[in-house]
Amino acid sequence: MPVHHFTLNGDTVSVEAPEDTPLLWVLRDALGVTGLKYGCGVGVCGACTSHLEGNAFRPCIQPVGGVAGRQVTTIEGLGGEGLHPVQQAWIDEDVAQCGFCQPGQIMAAVALLRHNLDPSDADIDAAMSDNVCRCGTYVRIRAAIKLAARRLRGEASGT
Amino acid sequence: MADPLKPDTAVPVVIDRRRFLTWVVASPALMVAVRLDSSFAQTGPAETEPASFNLYISIQADGRVVATLPRTEIGQGITTAVAMLVAEELDTLLDSVEVRTADADPRWLIQLTGLSSTMRYLAGPVRAAAASARARLVTAAAHRWQLLASRLTTSRGEVLAPDGRRASYGELARDAASVLLPEVSPLPKDVASYTLVGQPTGRIDARDIVTGKARYALDLSIPGALPTVVARPPTLRGSVVSHDASAALAMPGVVGVVSLLTGVAVSAQSFAQALAARDALRITWAPGPASHLSDADIEARLRDGMGSRPLPPLFTARTLEARFDFPYLAHAPMETQSCVARVTSDHAELWLGAQDPKFAQREVAEALGWALTPQRVTVHTTRAGGGFGRRFFNEPAVEAALVSRALGRPVKLMWTRNDDMRQGRYRPASHHRLLAYLGSGGSILGWHHRSVIPTVEFPHGFGDLLTSLVGTVLPGVTSQTFFALSQKVPYRFGLVTQQLREVPIPIPTASFRSVYSSQVTVANELFVDQVARELGRDAVELRRAHLSSKRLEAVLDTVVREGQWGRALPSGVAQGVAVHEEWDSAIAHLVEVDVSGAEPKVLRVVIAADVGLPINPRGIEAQLQGATIDALSTTLSAGLHIDAGAVREGSFADYRWLRMKHTPATIDVHLVRSDDRVGGVGELGYPTAAAALGNALARGTGTLPTRFPILEAGA
Repeated sequence: MPVHHFTLNGDTVSVEAPEDTPLLWVLRDALGVTGLKYGCGVGVCGACTSHLEGNAFRPCIQPVGGVAGRQVTTIEGLGGEGLHPVQQAWIDEDVAQCGFCQPGQIMAAVALLRHNLDPSDADIDAAMSDNVCRCGTYVRIRAAIKLAARRLRGEASGT
Repeated sequence: MADPLKPDTAVPVVIDRRRFLTWVVASPALMVAVRLDSSFAQTGPAETEPASFNLYISIQADGRVVATLPRTEIGQGITTAVAMLVAEELDTLLDSVEVRTADADPRWLIQLTGLSSTMRYLAGPVRAAAASARARLVTAAAHRWQLLASRLTTSRGEVLAPDGRRASYGELARDAASVLLPEVSPLPKDVASYTLVGQPTGRIDARDIVTGKARYALDLSIPGALPTVVARPPTLRGSVVSHDASAALAMPGVVGVVSLLTGVAVSAQSFAQALAARDALRITWAPGPASHLSDADIEARLRDGMGSRPLPPLFTARTLEARFDFPYLAHAPMETQSCVARVTSDHAELWLGAQDPKFAQREVAEALGWALTPQRVTVHTTRAGGGFGRRFFNEPAVEAALVSRALGRPVKLMWTRNDDMRQGRYRPASHHRLLAYLGSGGSILGWHHRSVIPTVEFPHGFGDLLTSLVGTVLPGVTSQTFFALSQKVPYRFGLVTQQLREVPIPIPTASFRSVYSSQVTVANELFVDQVARELGRDAVELRRAHLSSKRLEAVLDTVVREGQWGRALPSGVAQGVAVHEEWDSAIAHLVEVDVSGAEPKVLRVVIAADVGLPINPRGIEAQLQGATIDALSTTLSAGLHIDAGAVREGSFADYRWLRMKHTPATIDVHLVRSDDRVGGVGELGYPTAAAALGNALARGTGTLPTRFPILEAGA
């Protein structure tokens, strides 16, 4: 069985698995990283959303063979010791209800803000509409993204 | 749980005309248990040792406060609301309070999370227990300092003396545990003096959630637990005729294959391996009991069940009629059904997010042949990724227990999203006929609503909970009882009759957020608008003229004012309103929808709710916003189709729940407070959101929507 080396949340990891094994299961079952969730397994709900080289992607439909030598970041690797400003905004806007989709929502939002520090409502719609929240927290997700964006731009109104 | 002490320590506390007994439980720290005292006839402490609890609170030597509840956190925010009440009554800091959800235990009086009842039911016991603990801590400090207890005060987790001495609750906990009778009042505070309860407060588990540390059943590390999935029949409740597992068993990582009543389970070293092996099973299926039924057949059965019209009241000049059809709905919580189980020869231990853990315990015990010794089954209640009624039933627990026993290994069993959509339980479809009887001059002489709905299955603990909420023992709780108790028409419409006719359809059901009101109230509120249109009256004015509830008048007036009912709107944009009273709460919705595009787009939602004492306004707002999204989703675009006994929809790709791009920019919530009774919140927001949207669509398009969801999949 092939061995795959990649960077996970800043650490180099090696795992043995068939090339086509979905990364979701490599992370959850072999590496014990459980912040990313199974919600559909077919890339339509966003509960597993994580980052590949800083861009949002779906580990449930990403074969592990495709991430060799690349940087994978899950919710656990986002804030380091503290909280990422998006996580802080999620707390300040009290976004979460059941919480199951929120790691994926946060990773999608961080990816959006990495390229766009002043997202319009349409930008948020485009970046976030592939992530389902069954508790219906969308209004607060939108508010949290705007709050995080203001803070990342260094505006006083974001404090 | 330690055994309760003898009853001479039981202290009665009266809150909201209900009497609670609080008593200290033997423990190294201070542990106060509480139960609702049903024996009102007694004047003194209970005569027998209390053997059952509502909840208990302990104060540890390090000052941490732990409240243990027989309820489940499914996202509704009860742990935060309970922590707020505890911190308030104890005079301690919110972040020193931890709330644990209890294992299944027959000593819990009611252990079911549903009927929007948790805070309604538990606010009293929580206040009683926390106030009793505070009184004992103060008494312990008074004994230590040889001061009158009445001269001491409490603040931020400490008892304070007038001379400046202070002692933390942690230091006092052990002494307080031996205080037999408090020397200050063990009564809860006057609600008017609350400083934390009533303040918008963030979730106490928010940090765990946003860092990925929050653990759901499948995130727990139970050593050696094998990832397990189940191959399931193509039709609802189909069955296995035969299977050939030879190819699957030869695949890498596969540990075992177990045949179950519900399908064939595969356990492997990883879910990837288990899923691959599942697909390699060769199974011959027998069709399920609904395999002769498709949507048209079900609709015909529901319509056949309607029967003839009743006779109109005397002096009826004109009868208006409307009919409505609602679809089957999947609860589709984000976390699919899942359970971790470790079964040995004489004991089973399970971890799952059950809404009725005692039912899970009983079901698993029966499945393992231990019906007479259910205590051999331990059910740990975990955080759940959404419930909405689905987790009243525990199919994955039974499956996981059986697979674990067969393999002699712990297993973690997961339903796929397809399993969850296609082999689950559903809010049933329904057909409704409404009749309004008009007198000469446009008066409303009568209102008749007959609903034809396949029987809703209620869980084990439902009857006990309903009985306790109603305050009297019900002679057997059935769907008819619940319908009669829950379904009211809040208008003076003359002779009002509402009937439930149940039709047996062999498709599994489970109550869905707001239960019957998700159909019956929606139909009523849509028809109220239709009657107003027929009479040439304004929808708000007609409601105001007939409402029989002051609380509903107040919430309706609030959305009319805050939502600017009747304001000038762009072409193609329309407003709708609806009202509803249930769960000891009242609500009104105003929805604005744009019907000018290819699909309707909800622009703005204004909600006014009277939930009595709002324990956490921020959590209440979240619940009402979330229920609104559910209602908009299922009114517009999400519904199930049945094709020859199989559910067509398989994931969120074709079960079209609202996404960010469909969500209105604002869902404003205004709280109206008529009194200090704690009302229910979780289910409150659904019916009026759906009806107000339907009414707005009717005004915008000129056509009353009568079939839901309005946009069929793929439209």
